Amino acid sequence: MASEKRVVFRSSWLPWALLAPQVAVIAVFFFWPAGQALLQSFQQSDAFGTSTEWVGLQNFERLFADPTYLASFKTTAVFSVLVAGLGIAISLLLAVFADRVVRGTLVYRTLLIWPYAVAPAVAGVLWLFMFAPSIGIVSYALRSFGVDWNHLLNSGQAMTLIVAAAVWKQISYNFLFFLAGLQSIPKSLIEAAAIDGARPWRRFWTIQFPLLSPTTFFLFVINVVYAFFDTFAIVDAATQGGPGKDTAILVYKVYYDGFKAMDLGGSAAQSVVLMAIVIALTVVQFRFVEKKVNY
Amino acid sequence: MKTLRLALSAVALAAALPAHAQTEIQWWHSMTGGLNDWVVDLANGFNASQKDYKVVPTYKGQYDESMTAAIAAFRAGNAPHILQVFEVGTATMMASKGAIVPVGKVMADAGYKFDPKAYISAVVGYYTAPNGQMLSFPLNSSTTILNYNKDLFRKAGLDPNKPPATWPELVSAAAKLKASGVACPFTTSWQGWTQLESFSTWHNTLFATQNNGFGGTSARLVFNSPLHVRHIENLANMAKQGLFQYRGRNNLGDAPFYSGECAMQTGSSSTYASIKKNSKFDFGIAPLPYYPDVPGAPQNTIIGGASLWVMSGKKAPEYKGVAAFFNYISQPEVQAKSHQRTGYLPVTMASFELTEKSGFYKQNPGTDTAVNQMIRKTTEKSRGVRLGNMVQLRAIVDEELEQVWSGKKGAKEALDSAVQRGNEQLERFEKANKS
Repeated sequence: MASEKRVVFRSSWLPWALLAPQVAVIAVFFFWPAGQALLQSFQQSDAFGTSTEWVGLQNFERLFADPTYLASFKTTAVFSVLVAGLGIAISLLLAVFADRVVRGTLVYRTLLIWPYAVAPAVAGVLWLFMFAPSIGIVSYALRSFGVDWNHLLNSGQAMTLIVAAAVWKQISYNFLFFLAGLQSIPKSLIEAAAIDGARPWRRFWTIQFPLLSPTTFFLFVINVVYAFFDTFAIVDAATQGGPGKDTAILVYKVYYDGFKAMDLGGSAAQSVVLMAIVIALTVVQFRFVEKKVNY
Repeated sequence: MKTLRLALSAVALAAALPAHAQTEIQWWHSMTGGLNDWVVDLANGFNASQKDYKVVPTYKGQYDESMTAAIAAFRAGNAPHILQVFEVGTATMMASKGAIVPVGKVMADAGYKFDPKAYISAVVGYYTAPNGQMLSFPLNSSTTILNYNKDLFRKAGLDPNKPPATWPELVSAAAKLKASGVACPFTTSWQGWTQLESFSTWHNTLFATQNNGFGGTSARLVFNSPLHVRHIENLANMAKQGLFQYRGRNNLGDAPFYSGECAMQTGSSSTYASIKKNSKFDFGIAPLPYYPDVPGAPQNTIIGGASLWVMSGKKAPEYKGVAAFFNYISQPEVQAKSHQRTGYLPVTMASFELTEKSGFYKQNPGTDTAVNQMIRKTTEKSRGVRLGNMVQLRAIVDEELEQVWSGKKGAKEALDSAVQRGNEQLERFEKANKS
């Protein structure tokens, strides 16, 4: 840091003016809605907003008195770990292989990036069709292998289904970053290791993987945020939180209570809780996990 | 060139003029496919019948989506004049006194004579306030029925013209169907509506106190009675033996019946048009089964579907137009045509009689099943179920029943839990709508 040359603005207003557009965007699209959510989490109102009552912390008390809400923390943790873990592992594998492909690279890459263009709800429906207990092509195939697929009543299978859909949707994004990361590793390093007799597996673990760690860390943060916030459409389309409440992750309940059940106060309280969790998780990631990253 | 332009603008002006003179009535609905055509035809029929008003129907997504859209629009000050709301949203709409204008008032203000006796009481009673004022217009009402596949009945050696009338009969029919190789003898759509709500009124038993919520917002759920537990246990046993197959929430049980996979299905009477269009087999419609040892059963089933609500904050002439439109679609001829076309219930006795006279029920056997289940005189217990936070209640029931079908919970345990969780919702609704 010390060796960097710091540029200091003489004018007192210019830096603010230059920052203004960005600040305005963040204020309108983040601080304002977040503030609204915080405000609404202390209120209870009827659906049309004709009467609003200040209820203090009641929305939060009610949430934490609800055993199904507490259970959904566990569901969310399982879901997020699976989505982030599998999503990163599979896309890293694909990126490493795609990086080694010599012919037809463009085709492979394009195909692998495609799913990113699919909307989450569409991804949910797509997987739902393949796995529908009576008409799905995959469940039909599974039945011939003796697996009775019915995610409507089997919660393990329901979780598998939404994890698969969520991971599939996110793989392209991860893949893109990993591939860019791999290509920025100087070929000379790998060639030197190869001359020294290191096999591909060894080269990957001792050279490529450590050099990729900033990318992996970035993707880890992004994937956790994705699993926490962007997956409600998949759950809504594929399982609607069922069977029972076994796939009702936190963000799905926020969506359901706010947009289907019209309970804005309860939904706002949940999004405040969710916001706190993700902020805490991100702090933990940057304080502790980032130390293991070499830039 | 100049003359052409002049002529063109004159034509444009002429075309634009009548549109300006007309008062536009915005109507948001949730009807798709053939039902969307029906809604458009209703509006076109009304628009052609007079010159002062123009009803503009707009599809705003599924029931819950259009309601959310209308709430957002209301908060922003540009709600539609007429909003179609599903029966589940009824209590919410009723509680939102500042947001709606009762249909009874709209009709009276516009000078239309309004006789509640002309309407089928189980249909209109659901949408009527305790003081007797009609709050919303029952556009499309359905009820719970049993659909069965006559071809599969024949294959199993059952009489296709003698559908099971009681639950014990249904169980033995299901067993025979299974023995004949049917993988899915029985399934259901809308499990909360068919197996608990309508089940209650059909057996003249309370689903919730305060006459199922008609008496006020202090109503609490009581569907964990021995009769309810017995029924859910019965279904759970059927599920264990493979006689009952759970095919998902909402209307997901419809498709396996249409495809001929499931031989019997309890669901909405509004499936009639779709089954007729999609299925390649001979099918029958029967009343919902009941338990013969329960006194007072069968009583009547309850209503589903949706009604039209008039939103507040519009100009007086616009309300006149809304009233004229409702008057148009209440005419016996229009009503009877709607009923025959869609399978939804007739709303007035006159339209039912007109349909009967036309011989429609004779030509389409089974189409009168739903009507016959509904036109009986209702009791205090069987008028319907009108509870707040009904969307959440249905979801809670779905969640708990799924635990029963998967064998994780017993019937009693699941129903107790559903009642307890549901009552928390009702307490909150009562508190939020005290005024």
